[in-house]
Amino acid sequence: MEIAWAGLTEVALLDLDKLTPEEYRARYLALQDAARARAAAPPEIPPAAEAGEVLKRESIPPGWYVALRLKRGEAMRITNPGGTPGAALFFWNADDVSERFNAGDTTKLQWTTNLTTGRVLFSDMGRVLMSIIADSGAGHDSIIGANTPAQTGAGRNGRDNLRLAAAKFGLTRRDVGPCISLFSSISTDAEGAVHYNGAPPAGAFVDLRAEMNLLVALSNTPHALSPVTAATGPIDFSVYAAAPSELCRTYSEEAVRGFENTDAYFA
Amino acid sequence: MSVISDITVPARAPYSATLKAGQTMRIIDLESQQAVDALFYNAHDVTERYSAQDTLAAQAAAGGKFYLETGAVLLSNEARPMMTITADTCGFHDTCAGACSCESNTVRFGHETRFMHSCRENFLNELGKYGMGKRDLVSNVNFFMNVPIRPNGELTVDDGVSEPGGYVDLRAEMDVLVLISNCPQVNNPCNGFRPTPIRIVISA
Repeated sequence: MEIAWAGLTEVALLDLDKLTPEEYRARYLALQDAARARAAAPPEIPPAAEAGEVLKRESIPPGWYVALRLKRGEAMRITNPGGTPGAALFFWNADDVSERFNAGDTTKLQWTTNLTTGRVLFSDMGRVLMSIIADSGAGHDSIIGANTPAQTGAGRNGRDNLRLAAAKFGLTRRDVGPCISLFSSISTDAEGAVHYNGAPPAGAFVDLRAEMNLLVALSNTPHALSPVTAATGPIDFSVYAAAPSELCRTYSEEAVRGFENTDAYFA
Repeated sequence: MSVISDITVPARAPYSATLKAGQTMRIIDLESQQAVDALFYNAHDVTERYSAQDTLAAQAAAGGKFYLETGAVLLSNEARPMMTITADTCGFHDTCAGACSCESNTVRFGHETRFMHSCRENFLNELGKYGMGKRDLVSNVNFFMNVPIRPNGELTVDDGVSEPGGYVDLRAEMDVLVLISNCPQVNNPCNGFRPTPIRIVISA
């Protein structure tokens, strides 16, 4: 008996052997062309929406960290008043902590390592955990990440702070994957060497909107390649209610599909 | 050198083995352009595992690159050496782009790719045999996978550069559990759009 499966007929499903290698290549090149066209002419950044009423405001002293919960729809503005060289960030889906920030997917799915206004931070499940709704442009790195005892010796470091924050949620080092180091600019040259581009300007900031309920670990510790291995000033943050960002939701076809997956999770 | 194990892993299939310190694993790309995704765990405490960021931070600080080649030392999340690349015919192995999954495929290649086999399906099946799960599916190495990060920040998957019979040798620096997914992806060039078998030889 034929069984009709509602829903599955809405997209023409592919399987491994459905198309020829040449047809799969043509599909990939079309996606790559679209990503390159977008990178060459990024969407115009509209003025940042006015921040809502501040629900919480805190300052993290040099070398320390916080473990906090964000609800879906809340945003955090993270500011770096003195230009300390980096702040380590990792986060989990509060409703299922096996879902967490995935650095590889975040860059691969968006075809770029440049994470700034309009881009989003993906989980390992093809869903959007956070949107970058505003950014002063200091650069954020998810390739090299936070410093560790390899750089700091006995000093406070990002790896241990993220593990401590994880522990406050009942999690362990199993649960801390590659992180993002905010306020950290790196670049690669034509030979493939990695360069650290110096400390960020004083007053750098980034606004991240929670697209799912989140557990957040935020550490005031430098980037792994910063020659200054101890934080030089505070990292401040405030939490406020933020409207969905149309810019982030529609920045790319990949973002659109990521939000389709995210919205379906809450539907 | 005596051969302990010599196995051909079919296209799209997983594989795992435990190496004793000092043993060498040779991964052979039999037909060329075949990505081989790999995870590494301390065989005696699997919460110590391969860390791409620790590895690249140490490598970059020493003037090295964002990818892996001969001489690269794969570090754990405790910054301890797990494996060393002692020989390599390819010259470029990725550790930035992660492993493909059904879910990420929907984002990158469209919802029509949701029900296609992927590396993370292979890894989850194999992790389960060792009492591990998705929490343990962390950063990996993609041997023979060509993922340039260009000076303008672009990250793509380009055509593989490995030749038929190309290989990489990995010497275990501690007792290491190695999990491998012979990548089934056909939506990008990492397998030449045609997944093929690989051969894995462990020697002591």
